[in-house]
Amino acid sequence: MPTMNLIQAVNDALRLRMREDPRVVVLGEDVGKFGGVFRATAGLVEEFGEERVIDTPLAEGGIVGAAIGMAMNGLRPVPEIQFSDFIYPAFDQIVNELAKLRYRSGGQYSAPLVIRTPSGGGIKGGHYHSQSPEAYFVHTPGLKVVMPSNPLDAKGLLLSAMRGEDPVIFFEPKRLYRAARGEVPEGEVEIPLGVAARAWPEAEAPALATVISWGAMVPEAVEAAQALAGEGVAVEVIDLRTLWPLDLDTVLASVKRTGRAVVVHEAPRSCGFGAEVVALVQERAFSWLAAPVQRVTGLDTPFPYTLELEYLPLAPRIARAVRAVVAYQP
Amino acid sequence: MAARTESLGRAHPAARAKREPSAPAADLERELRVYRHMVLLRLLDERMLTLQRQGRVGFYGSCYGQEAATLGSAAVLDAGDWIFPALREGGAMLLRGYPLVSYLCQIFGNSGDPTKGRQMPSHQAAASVHQVSWSSVIGTQLPQAVGAAHAARLRGEPTVVMAYLGDGATSSADFHHALTFAARLKAPVVFCCQNNQWSISLPVSRQTAAPELALKGAAYGVPSKRVDGNDLAAVLEAAGEAVAAARAGEGPRFLELLTYRLGAHSSSDDPTRYRDQKEVDRWLARDPLQLERLRLVEAGVWDEEREGALRGEQAEVIARAVAEAEAFPPPSPETLFEDLYADPPWIVSEQREALRAELAEAPRKKPGA
Repeated sequence: MPTMNLIQAVNDALRLRMREDPRVVVLGEDVGKFGGVFRATAGLVEEFGEERVIDTPLAEGGIVGAAIGMAMNGLRPVPEIQFSDFIYPAFDQIVNELAKLRYRSGGQYSAPLVIRTPSGGGIKGGHYHSQSPEAYFVHTPGLKVVMPSNPLDAKGLLLSAMRGEDPVIFFEPKRLYRAARGEVPEGEVEIPLGVAARAWPEAEAPALATVISWGAMVPEAVEAAQALAGEGVAVEVIDLRTLWPLDLDTVLASVKRTGRAVVVHEAPRSCGFGAEVVALVQERAFSWLAAPVQRVTGLDTPFPYTLELEYLPLAPRIARAVRAVVAYQP
Repeated sequence: MAARTESLGRAHPAARAKREPSAPAADLERELRVYRHMVLLRLLDERMLTLQRQGRVGFYGSCYGQEAATLGSAAVLDAGDWIFPALREGGAMLLRGYPLVSYLCQIFGNSGDPTKGRQMPSHQAAASVHQVSWSSVIGTQLPQAVGAAHAARLRGEPTVVMAYLGDGATSSADFHHALTFAARLKAPVVFCCQNNQWSISLPVSRQTAAPELALKGAAYGVPSKRVDGNDLAAVLEAAGEAVAAARAGEGPRFLELLTYRLGAHSSSDDPTRYRDQKEVDRWLARDPLQLERLRLVEAGVWDEEREGALRGEQAEVIARAVAEAEAFPPPSPETLFEDLYADPPWIVSEQREALRAELAEAPRKKPGA
């Protein structure tokens, strides 16, 4: 089985879909000859031509707007927004148009498209190349929101997203693009949307706390769990993989086993998706909880350039929070 | 083809009717067909505004004064062509065969509306006539139109997409996106800019310093033309040429249809607060219905008797359709949760059950009941 990094897995999924379905087109800034600033679309224009791999003008609203029209009229566009920090010029097209198209037309029209966009910090990108805007899109009915944490999931989830009938915002944790490597089968990989996974430990085992995370913070949560295991604190790490629709059953089952939960995300804390997860856990697992559910997140500040390691909720911050919930006495 | 703009070829359409007294019979036949729909639309708009004042309709944006620009441009399309409209092009759906009762059910927002009462009136959509609903945000539909046109070209279909916008929309970011992308992709799209000279309260002279909106189209490399939008024959001719060029693979076209909004922006607006009645009166003298009627009468295919009969007949058609449409009940509460996702997630079914239980205990009172 070949070993791939996350960007190669994304490229592999795009190539597979373009080979099997002539309706699939890729469009975005620098996605053609250059193959994308992160090389996600490398080699596609050579294989599929400029009609299906479209170097667009520099306008995100135009990219998403045109992709919506293409999808309405029978294509399966996969637009790339070069950095998720650049998605805001397309916000109206995504929130008012893409998300609501099937609904507002009474089911007469739909726009099955997947917006791929690198997100998250840790690459010295300052606040225009580091944001994690997933909560805005989870807050919009009609969208699905996905963020893989490893190459295998990136390929399987992207394939499922591209085969589905609903619009998907597919966040790719750019810090893991080359850092995350793993075995990824050639050809088909089936990982459905809306199903979370246990990232740690490998086999189910009794644990004192559940850590719930997604994207680039999943490896951090696993690192924290490994450190805590050395202290005798067993932790289960849930990788949501799909933020919306949320796999609440998997989350609740784990929290009911462990009695404690910590939600970890890179985006700012206030009104982040972690707040929704915490609310759902306390609504539905209140009597199983031995401690208040905690959040470990980015700061409620813009994403910094120099002090990004201070900003990010890395393994030490996660481990501190887990120790605190385990030690909690009412 | 080099981008260019062409100014109005003629100052007054009535003069044109005199200059060209013997239009070919086929042209007159088509004008007559469109004229009948112009009259229908005028009567329908009047009726809807009355119903709005009576509280039976929530909101309405009429086409008053823009019937030639709207229906003349839509009339040149083939049945498979698409329309991405702005606020005032709902009437194009009727011209292209959409049932009046379904159209009215959308205005009433009831269960007879294929879009299930989800949007305000004047936000119609019908896949049967390839007309998509517009966005109140303004301009949003334009890049989508480009994408749909590009898709048609990639799929080898002869479809042309007509995208409507007003003068205000030429200031929007999506106008810039759409013109940029259309020219770059050589998409078979025709932009019909209805310059009715008012964006709610802002006159076009304060909307932009560009002396003609057609100049904006040309700036993007899109062949662009200003046309007298109140002259049905001129609209038919210019739109026909633009659509033929787009269909022939020559890329996008931009038409500025110079017209005038004789009525209010919408039923929520009072134009006497910001514009001079003398200006309205000047344009009333150029009412596109009167101009076309004069032309048809001079051509010998129309007279007062036929006009009276047509109006009587259409008033009856509208009255019957209103009675039929208004009788539909509101959409059922369950429809709130339909058409969200292809495979609805748990949250949707959970909220549907919660609402069902809530309404069983505390049903909503109808307004006024």
